[in-house]
Amino acid sequence: MTVDVVVVGAGIVGAACARALARRGLAVTVLDRRGAASGTTAHGEGNLLVSDKEPGPELVLAQHAARRWPSLVAELDEELDDELEEERGGERGRPGRGFPPLEYDPKGGLVAATTAAGAQPLRDFAARQRGAGVDAQEIDVASALELEPALNPALTAAVWYPEDAQVQPVAAAEALLASARRAGATVRTGVEVVGALRDGDRLVGLRTTGGDVPAGAVVLAAGPWSGVVAARLGVSLPVRPRRGMVLVTTRMPHVVRHKVYDGDYVGATQSGDAALQTSSVVESTAAGTVLIGSSREQVGFDERLRVAVLREMAARAVRLFPFLADASVMRSYLGFRPFVPDHLPIVGPDPRTPGLWVATGHEGAGIGLGPVSGELLADLFTGAAPAVDPAPFRVDRPAVLAGDVETTEEAS
Amino acid sequence: MTTHRQDAGPRPLTITLDGEPFAGTEGQTIAGMLLAARRRSWRTTSAEGAPRGVFCGIGVCFDCLVTVNGARDVRACLRRAADGDVVETQHDPLPGVTS
Repeated sequence: MTVDVVVVGAGIVGAACARALARRGLAVTVLDRRGAASGTTAHGEGNLLVSDKEPGPELVLAQHAARRWPSLVAELDEELDDELEEERGGERGRPGRGFPPLEYDPKGGLVAATTAAGAQPLRDFAARQRGAGVDAQEIDVASALELEPALNPALTAAVWYPEDAQVQPVAAAEALLASARRAGATVRTGVEVVGALRDGDRLVGLRTTGGDVPAGAVVLAAGPWSGVVAARLGVSLPVRPRRGMVLVTTRMPHVVRHKVYDGDYVGATQSGDAALQTSSVVESTAAGTVLIGSSREQVGFDERLRVAVLREMAARAVRLFPFLADASVMRSYLGFRPFVPDHLPIVGPDPRTPGLWVATGHEGAGIGLGPVSGELLADLFTGAAPAVDPAPFRVDRPAVLAGDVETTEEAS
Repeated sequence: MTTHRQDAGPRPLTITLDGEPFAGTEGQTIAGMLLAARRRSWRTTSAEGAPRGVFCGIGVCFDCLVTVNGARDVRACLRRAADGDVVETQHDPLPGVTS
């Protein structure tokens, strides 16, 4: 049986592509080498940020995403209301509220500079963002402490971003997949792509460990593994893994109220440096744990724990929130962001290979940008008017075509 | 030689959970005593107030936290009960900034 579209990757981006395409009447199959939402989607923090984005195409996409998320959450809540009703309705005494909550929380973000040298760059950055329509409010120390009473008062500058939000990324991806299935999509996990089915130059499906999957088109949404999968299809795509680690404290009373990070975070996300960079990102989850990030290093798909990275992150977090010095760490985890040399997502058709479409390269912003990227891809696929200008994200832009590719990297 | 007492089995003890007495024997964990009394949950989640109790049972998940003799965040699955322990359930509400 030939499907219209086969999506490679059941993370949040693949799930969003599948949902958007299936709801437009296309027959969709989603493949994932492991499980749904098991890769990058499950190893981040659920950031929906405008605050860390420079004015430019990524910010435009993030602003569109910030507007879209509330209505998307409402759509999914309504659509999946009866999901798992039998299992969950009785015990919770709330029949009908079946699907786990997405924990979407428009809590806002607070960015603080902790050094004299960091103050003016943060203010300048916020001023440029205001020019691009971001609600970036420069506030004084007293106001910052009112927002975050446990914050270290030794701040040099603070900017409040009411548009920042948070979501539970695995729940969000699973909800998008559940919605896609309701629209007729099939999700196959434990199926790995090994090669292309071609008709001349045209891609007409995939060879997989679960047999051939003939398809009218292929959407590559494999996150940091997209470069590896592309190579198996005979295509070069400069997507590389950029590793990050997160520390998780034990549950505690909710002390950290917003997304709080130090001003160095922006510099770190925009850097292409392969060496280790850390900047502090601190937030509470609904469960009561505190997540402490962030780090960036390019070490391939190496999953070995580096205590030095955790130590540096912890030290930075304590500088922002001194009470964390007494917090207990429950665990840590690490994941890989899909890094592209020009820090922009890749969304659209690959003109080098008819039949191939790409939705990847969101680096650390894929949770926030995933849903609108899936809708953008579906717009382009079906010829609908796209909600944002797709040109900056096209596959055949110089930074993507010229990027050096790692085709030998073992997909772990 | 054994240092065990000769007269019958393990020593009985009593703890309270939010004032309610629970009987058990020396060596049991607090979670063990509660489960033996068919008490399945003793914590509620912050967001929805959903019930939580023992999930992993081996000290990893931190779902079974209780306050013991005034000290909060004690893992009930690891803490051996002592006679007279005053155990209290915990609920940490979310701050009032969420929608």
